[in-house]
Amino acid sequence: MAKVNIKIEGIPYEVEEGLTILEAAKICGYEIPSLCAFNHGECSRGSCRVCLVEATGARGLVASCVYPVAEGMEITISSPKATAARRTSVELLLSNHNVNCQQCEKNDYCELLHVAKITGAREGMFQGEKTPATVDMLTPSIKRDTSKCILCGRCIERCKNAHGLSVLGFEKRGFKTYVSPAENRSFANSPCILCGQCVSVCPTGALLEVSEIDKVDAAMKAGKYVVVQTAPAVRAALGEVFGLPIGTAVTGKMVAALRRLGFKKVFDTNFGADLTIMEEANELLDRITNGGVLPMITSCSPGWINYCEYYYGDLIPHLSSCKSPHEMFGAILKSYYCEKHGINPEDMFVVSVMPCTAKKYEKERPQLVTNGLKDVDAVLTTRELGKLIKRSGINFNKLPDEEFDMDIVGDYTGAGVIFGATGGVMEAALRTAVYKLSGEELKHVEFKEVRGLEGIKEATYNVAGKEIKVAVAHGMKNAKVLLDQIREGKSEYQFIEIMGCPGGCVSGGGQPYVKPCFLPNEDIDILDTYRQKRADALYREDEGRALRESHKNPQIIQLYDEYLGKPNSHKAHELLHTSYAPKERFKD
Amino acid sequence: MAHLSEAAVVKINEICDRYISEPTPLMMILSDIQKEYGYIPLEVQELVSERTGISVAEIYGVVTFYSFFSLKPKGKYVIGCCLGTACYVKGAQQIIDKFSDILGIKPGETTEDGLFTIDALRCIGACGIAPAVSINGTVYPKMTVDSVPKIIDEYKANGGAQ
Repeated sequence: MAKVNIKIEGIPYEVEEGLTILEAAKICGYEIPSLCAFNHGECSRGSCRVCLVEATGARGLVASCVYPVAEGMEITISSPKATAARRTSVELLLSNHNVNCQQCEKNDYCELLHVAKITGAREGMFQGEKTPATVDMLTPSIKRDTSKCILCGRCIERCKNAHGLSVLGFEKRGFKTYVSPAENRSFANSPCILCGQCVSVCPTGALLEVSEIDKVDAAMKAGKYVVVQTAPAVRAALGEVFGLPIGTAVTGKMVAALRRLGFKKVFDTNFGADLTIMEEANELLDRITNGGVLPMITSCSPGWINYCEYYYGDLIPHLSSCKSPHEMFGAILKSYYCEKHGINPEDMFVVSVMPCTAKKYEKERPQLVTNGLKDVDAVLTTRELGKLIKRSGINFNKLPDEEFDMDIVGDYTGAGVIFGATGGVMEAALRTAVYKLSGEELKHVEFKEVRGLEGIKEATYNVAGKEIKVAVAHGMKNAKVLLDQIREGKSEYQFIEIMGCPGGCVSGGGQPYVKPCFLPNEDIDILDTYRQKRADALYREDEGRALRESHKNPQIIQLYDEYLGKPNSHKAHELLHTSYAPKERFKD
Repeated sequence: MAHLSEAAVVKINEICDRYISEPTPLMMILSDIQKEYGYIPLEVQELVSERTGISVAEIYGVVTFYSFFSLKPKGKYVIGCCLGTACYVKGAQQIIDKFSDILGIKPGETTEDGLFTIDALRCIGACGIAPAVSINGTVYPKMTVDSVPKIIDEYKANGGAQ
């Protein structure tokens, strides 16, 4: 790439041609206050006018997030003209903003508040009419409050990039512009898959998860037997809420914190993941041997399930009938576990801590009720767990490392841990399916072909004379390619893993926000690397486990021996399997 | 999409196919649909979305951005009142208010009998004859508040006759 010579604040630098002033300045060690800009232009590009600077060769001030550097350009960030202009831009944004910062759930991570602080925005500089606001709280997953929207367009672009969808769009124009699904509908009546990727990029409190902390409080207060389970991806990111570097696994501290928060038992969804593998691998082998519908597609990701029901209803027979791991676990807790311990299932309250906003919706699905009881009662995101810990006065970083409760449903294998990364469910399933199919112990339990962040991964394995072709996709944009192949009858695969969010659960819509302005110690390319860093944390935990194949989990073996019989038994079907139905995209 | 007739589905798909190979076909497609049917409801946007792969939210955004596009059927006579700068300083606001008063509808709305729609337009390039009103393409120059009732009556007579 060609280089150009520029000056910033009078100091010469050589930078790559084609960079924006904002990017170039960042590489040279400057942090120009900016707001709407996001990674690789994943935003409306230059709309907020917060990143104004002076640049020679330009007429007036320029928005540094869209203005490219040029040979000989002299850039001034700190001049009185530029600093005053940036402050005015922020003050204008604040004049049309619902400024209830103290109560706003996003205040710790609000980028508008951040630029207000650093530009020195003054109170009440511009007063007048405000754009009429919409508050949508109809889904159990995501709420939208346009009184806090700054029209940066990040949510629209993220939905497009991740899923090829853009459920959200700009509506109307000028002062009346707002961001919403078509017709200013609720997410509940639009084909939104509730993955929460939009929430993870929103700079303000305009998009947030629907909090269920109150529900958990109420259950505790009512004296319920409140147990908690945590998804694998949570341990790989929770530490970030407490200032730990991205990619730090905090399994032990997380368990210690949950115990101190008053949960009767602290379990790992990985047990449910191991159980899922037992059911799913057997379902796959059954379909392969008995001529069932192939390719079979995983069903762990509720965002993906929503997508399938909205957009590919005709492919529902391809979905595995397995419930997702935390739902399976909930069903087992309220049956097997309660029976073993003489607990009335009606007194039990199962809380799942998930990296996901779609899981909040999933637990409300009518198909996920067993014996009249919901399998899971409340879903907290990783972010909400962070809040719960903070408000309780626990000093997270000083906690000792503790172990999950090993009580009959506590053990887990490395196969369960890697569910949190794209390709993880596939790898875990292969570990068991290949063993079952060949009847031989695996020489290598690692199937590295399905790891990594490539959009679509595929691999072929020869097992006991049979060729097994598999594919892995994450983000619906990638999934669509595989789904269209199936529709056209051209799919060559027997088994496909699909995860809703790009990168899989580690970068789910309920994970801690990755916002470079609040992460001064991370590398400047952190938005490109955080997914892999979190995934690596899971693969490290997998490597460290003595048992790495689901079918070797002794408590899983015991569960089948004592209670379920064998995988896909009648009892297993009652408790661990579910159904799906096509959904109308725009309900009246 | 239950509300669309089979003929409409065929027609809209045909319009989409006219421009589908263009780099940015949306405006042309919507323009032709607007001309063909007079409005672009959500069901039609869904159909366009399926045919072109452009999201419904994006299409809806374009339809609500440009005042040329309409989400609801327009009246038989569309009264376009120019509120551009020249017309405005010459009293266009009073003209449009008078139309609103008499017809009992706000700009952007259509009378219940389906006869009239009032549109507030930005500059239509007829500043020399401000304030200007355009009804189904016929331009009325140098409008006065007093001439409004007569114009409405004329169209009512025409509309009733047909």
